[in-house]
Amino acid sequence: MEVNKEKSGIETVTNEIWAPEYFGTNPDYHNMYPVKRVISAGPLEKILNLARAHSIWPLGFGLACCAIEALMGANGPRYDLSRFGYEVMRGTVRQADVMVVAGTITKKSAPFVLRLWEQMAEPKWCIAVGSCAISGGPFVDSYYVIPGANKVVPVDVYVPGCPPRPDAVLEGFLMLKDKILQKRKVVTG
Amino acid sequence: MLKTQEYCLNFGPQHPATHGVFQVILTLDGEKIVKAEPVCGYLHRGIEKLAEARTYTQVIPYTDRMDYLAAMLQNLGYVQAVEKLMGIEVPERAEYLRIISGELSRLTSHVLGTGVYALDIGGFTGFLLCFREREKMMDLLEELTGSRMTLSYARIGGVADDAPEGWLEKVDRLMDEMPGYIEEYNGLITGNEIFQARTKFVGELTPETAVNYSLSGPVLRASGVNYDLRKNMPYGIYDRFDFEVPLGTNGDCFDRFYCRVREMEQSVRIIKQAIEQIKEVDGPVMGKVPKVLKPPKGEVYHEIESSKGIIGYYVASDGSNKPYRVHVRRPSFVNLGYLDEMVRGVLIADLVAILGSIDIVLGEVDC
Amino acid sequence: MKERVKAPVEEIRQKFPYVEVDEQQTVIVPADKLLELMQGLKNEFALDFLTNETAVDYPEESKFELIYNLNSICHGYTMMVKTSVDRDNPEIPSVFPIWGGANWQEREIYDLMGIVFTGHPNLKRILLDDKFDGHPLRKDFQWESVRE
Repeated sequence: MEVNKEKSGIETVTNEIWAPEYFGTNPDYHNMYPVKRVISAGPLEKILNLARAHSIWPLGFGLACCAIEALMGANGPRYDLSRFGYEVMRGTVRQADVMVVAGTITKKSAPFVLRLWEQMAEPKWCIAVGSCAISGGPFVDSYYVIPGANKVVPVDVYVPGCPPRPDAVLEGFLMLKDKILQKRKVVTG
Repeated sequence: MLKTQEYCLNFGPQHPATHGVFQVILTLDGEKIVKAEPVCGYLHRGIEKLAEARTYTQVIPYTDRMDYLAAMLQNLGYVQAVEKLMGIEVPERAEYLRIISGELSRLTSHVLGTGVYALDIGGFTGFLLCFREREKMMDLLEELTGSRMTLSYARIGGVADDAPEGWLEKVDRLMDEMPGYIEEYNGLITGNEIFQARTKFVGELTPETAVNYSLSGPVLRASGVNYDLRKNMPYGIYDRFDFEVPLGTNGDCFDRFYCRVREMEQSVRIIKQAIEQIKEVDGPVMGKVPKVLKPPKGEVYHEIESSKGIIGYYVASDGSNKPYRVHVRRPSFVNLGYLDEMVRGVLIADLVAILGSIDIVLGEVDC
Repeated sequence: MKERVKAPVEEIRQKFPYVEVDEQQTVIVPADKLLELMQGLKNEFALDFLTNETAVDYPEESKFELIYNLNSICHGYTMMVKTSVDRDNPEIPSVFPIWGGANWQEREIYDLMGIVFTGHPNLKRILLDDKFDGHPLRKDFQWESVRE
């Protein structure tokens, strides 16, 4: 296959959303997220983090096959998300805390995934479930697939699998809980 | 002064009732829909182009990921199309195993369709109840194939592995309990007054329109047209089993839903007969297939009855070990073609009921 | 497996003398006589269900081939009809007035292959976005791989 540099669609997605007349041409805009979190951590935040970690509200946003296992299977009667307090799946973006990207992101859907992320209120986190959301998965050679959710939104936890079992997704949620409580190290199983 | 005006609303890609990433741009007059324009393609991954760069066996995992709820039926269609092109015989025991796992996949798909439709109309309990059975069926499929949802169990010439010890008895026991569970669904969902008030006489479809617009599956049979490929154009060994084809009368949302519930009972009948007949059949599960598959130059079109409708595979080969062109006729894609005319003049709440009763899967619509 | 009902290919060849039939019982028709043949097949031979419509690209012979698969619900047989168009200027009349099921299938072929269907009510891109350049399923479509 010939390589044609102008035809890659990833740069055009990111340039259109961050309109320069609104944000200025500030190249650090993308890096401001971790900086803001370090500054705002203090003794009051420790108490608030206890509340945030034990009651995370996911956004009901499933793209492809992983959504059946991660969102609907994990909410189901056998692997129960509500024993941790995470079963309140909100339909609207303004009330949600974590965005679970489950499935393949394509070039047509990347602008609206980014817009949903921008509309979520701080503090917010993101879990990438499945190999399509981590790196493009089995469709990485395609002309229309974006190789990974971390090209579009900043991701906190990665859950591998194709599709991962619902218990793996539960472990992903528990790792996110440890990250919110800002423990010294986050231990994987 | 007072006047009314038409209003444009986005029934957007992120919505709890659209079964995935699917958008309908509505023009409303009050709460009635004047014009609806469906927009799909948010999950287009280019599977038909990717299949031209892989060998024939490597295309099988891609076919699972299109309709991920009934994965075995997608595999079956592709594998039977290539076997027709190459003229390969499949051994008896492999045919029976394909039928048992295919009908189990159809059961999981219909059970999920029932539960999610109850969730769309508004009842969360129906969803949890149906998922309880789905977990049991997925346990059985995991014992047989190794994976819960994206099975990739069929191979060109047979199936991947034989059934483990004691598996057939477990399937038999679950099929004995299934009629009791279907009674529970009927009592909770089908007989519910609010459910019937929201779905009866909504979205009616005449048989002539359904045939003209190439609708298939339970959507077609609910309007009264008796067309099921397992009976009209049988493939595999479906002519050895005795089952009925449920038909509807009105063609509204309730009939489409109830046809699926009755199809579940017929699938249970087929599995029980297959388990009886497989006990006398012993032998290999894989036919005589060369190591490197190179079909002769030619083309073939083969279609089977999947849980959402008719799925067809068109495979053209040019003599090498990679296919020249693979095209998939997806039932959800063709069934959605009539949506914009069916929802003219209804309320928004009826749009949710109609979309749920067509039972689409977005991985299949966008290929 | 019991025998399937065969389509009445011989009668079709007698009724429409400009078609050819190859050894797999596929009917091949030139592009300008397409609508006439399709209308006759629907009215007289009861082929009222258009199952599948697709296109294949043959760049060496410089043509696109269009495939139509038709079923008959009452009689129970199936038939494949093929036609070809020129690769540099691909235009062909749409069968939407005869079978409504061709609506979205022809939009998909226009989107991915670039064949223009004259007489279609709403020929726009359906799966790719409107700013996409090119037609992906053609054999000479190039794109940059993003595999790392």
